[in-house]
Amino acid sequence: MNERKIRVLVAKPGLDGHDRGAKVIARALRDAGMEVIYTGLRQTPEMIAAAALQEDVDAVGVSILSGAHNTLCPRIVQLLRDQGMDDCLVLLGGIVPQDDIAKLKQQGVAEIFLPGTSTENIVKFLRENVKPRE
Amino acid sequence: MPETKVTSPAQEALEEWERDTLQPVLEKHPERKSSFQTVSLEETNRLYSPADVEPLDFERDISFPGNFPYTRGIHPTGYRGKLWTMRQFAGFSTPEETNARFKYLLAQGQNGLSVAYDLPTLMGYDADSPLSEGEVGKCGVAVSSLADMEVLFDKIPLEHVTVSQTINAPASVLLAMYLVVAEKQGADWKKISGTLQNDILKEYIAQKEWIYPIRPAMKLVIDTFEFCTQQVPRYNPVSVSGYHIREAGATAVQELAFTLRDGLEYVEWGIRAGLELDEFVPRISFFFNAHNDFFEEVAKYRAARRIWAREMRDRFGSTNERTLKLRFHTQTAGVSLTVQQPLNNIVRVAIQALAGVLGGTQSLHTDAYDEALALPTDRAALIALRTQQIIAEETGVANTVDPLGGSYYVESLTQKMEEGARDYFRRIDAMGGMVEAIEKGFPQRELQDSAYQYQKAVERGEQVIVGVNKYAMEDEPAVSTLVIDESVREHQVNRLQQTRARRDGGAVSNALEKLRRAAQNDENTMPATIEAVRAYATLGEICSALRDVYGIYEEPAF
Repeated sequence: MNERKIRVLVAKPGLDGHDRGAKVIARALRDAGMEVIYTGLRQTPEMIAAAALQEDVDAVGVSILSGAHNTLCPRIVQLLRDQGMDDCLVLLGGIVPQDDIAKLKQQGVAEIFLPGTSTENIVKFLRENVKPRE
Repeated sequence: MPETKVTSPAQEALEEWERDTLQPVLEKHPERKSSFQTVSLEETNRLYSPADVEPLDFERDISFPGNFPYTRGIHPTGYRGKLWTMRQFAGFSTPEETNARFKYLLAQGQNGLSVAYDLPTLMGYDADSPLSEGEVGKCGVAVSSLADMEVLFDKIPLEHVTVSQTINAPASVLLAMYLVVAEKQGADWKKISGTLQNDILKEYIAQKEWIYPIRPAMKLVIDTFEFCTQQVPRYNPVSVSGYHIREAGATAVQELAFTLRDGLEYVEWGIRAGLELDEFVPRISFFFNAHNDFFEEVAKYRAARRIWAREMRDRFGSTNERTLKLRFHTQTAGVSLTVQQPLNNIVRVAIQALAGVLGGTQSLHTDAYDEALALPTDRAALIALRTQQIIAEETGVANTVDPLGGSYYVESLTQKMEEGARDYFRRIDAMGGMVEAIEKGFPQRELQDSAYQYQKAVERGEQVIVGVNKYAMEDEPAVSTLVIDESVREHQVNRLQQTRARRDGGAVSNALEKLRRAAQNDENTMPATIEAVRAYATLGEICSALRDVYGIYEEPAF
């Protein structure tokens, strides 16, 4: 049987338009053999959760550079859990002050990747942490 | 006919050196790497010599500062007459807080202001819009109406201080607010100078803070050109920006090419709208990035001046000196700053700023070392300003004009930059122009590709980032950063509610209706925008009126 490919939704919530990181990550994950869906800009947490459900993804990679992560990330996690996607990992990449990291993890964000992270580390993290499907 | 190779004396001398001096050394001591590349991943030669500058003609291509094609600068005296303007970009939290930062920066010897607005303002939403949640005052200062603008410039005399405003999609509204505040201070519009970024093309290419579809958005830009030419003649209504194009991943040549081609597009649209070339083009200014590769950046600025002068002469037939001269602002590369060992950023910024100065910039912003973490603290902002003052007052680089002019490497690289940009011009012209190229997703795809190639080069270790993929440290001491909390939104929403309660509702609806009509009838929208601002219509309301007429932009998948 063929192994199921890891499916990732790369999402840009909030008003921020800086999508260089999101697009580089999307391409790197694709090159690593994953299936990637990119939401485009300015998606609300509700739109992101709906897309995650529809696309049946294993992980949602959220890119935020505007400082709005404390408002947007917990809401995305909550909406995913509300629709029964308990195993769906939420990863955050962007400009996130050190003081916010522990709190975001407590609120259910699986990992936070700061500027300077290599795409290989993100690929590795996904491979090690995505729960195998039955 | 058989091809005969003509070898010049300079070429012969080079070959002799390579054979007699270089080869024996290379055999014994190979070089560190097989290929040496710039940060744009362009190959750099081992040596540049007279052979590399042979195709150049001094009079035609380099010349004297203040003379066509202005490769060596637009002023005959360089910085000996007047130093560049030290213009630090600042804005955060409430208008009260940013007003205090402005006064602090002016007291420290800064001589121009530059406003950073928050994301709701940049996108044309009020602080109380549901879409603004979590974003108010975060990336810049929050401005929803004239009432905020009055606080932002309280006791800052706009007739004397030049202010640059970083605002694009809703730029005409913020310009109107600025002019009404100036008028209330008793300032004469004819004497006001300053700059509006108002470069919507690079938003579709790179920064992606748009509101309306591209063609009506271009029309709004041209409205401000026409209005300023007539009523605010010393104001620069556009700053054509490569900065964001570079930050989004472009190489130096792509930054240069797309920015200048954007500039040509504004000129073409202005002429088509009936504006007089030599009346509006002298008020077009530019804004470039200063990245890590020192010589590549210096060459980029020198090439920019030469290309613009030649295009204004050859494409548009101008002989007016003010039209031919390209003036630009520079900002050091935010994208090059690292979270890891953040104090290292002070050094990066100093070297990047030096490139801007040796490239002949008219004004300069130096980034603060903590900007990869958050908005700058007071301490970090002060060091950034002091960096410029050290370059200006201590290093001696401002003593002579274009000190790198005549360097075999710099002149040859300047030429290569011009050729690279012209190659892009040909491709974009063949598509029908920059608006058409953007509609096809051409510059967008070029940037994405370069960003990816660069990331790969970093991950292979070919491009070194100190403290990140080389010389990394395990336990780094934390630096303290600026925190903007959610009380800012409350404060802003309160003022917005008070403003709405106090104003004359009838006057607001009338003004907004007038604006819709002006937009529908293809009239200049500036007079109606100013009337709406005077009546304290909010930014969100004014942009909504224009959204009703123009619709909104949806980015296709590129």
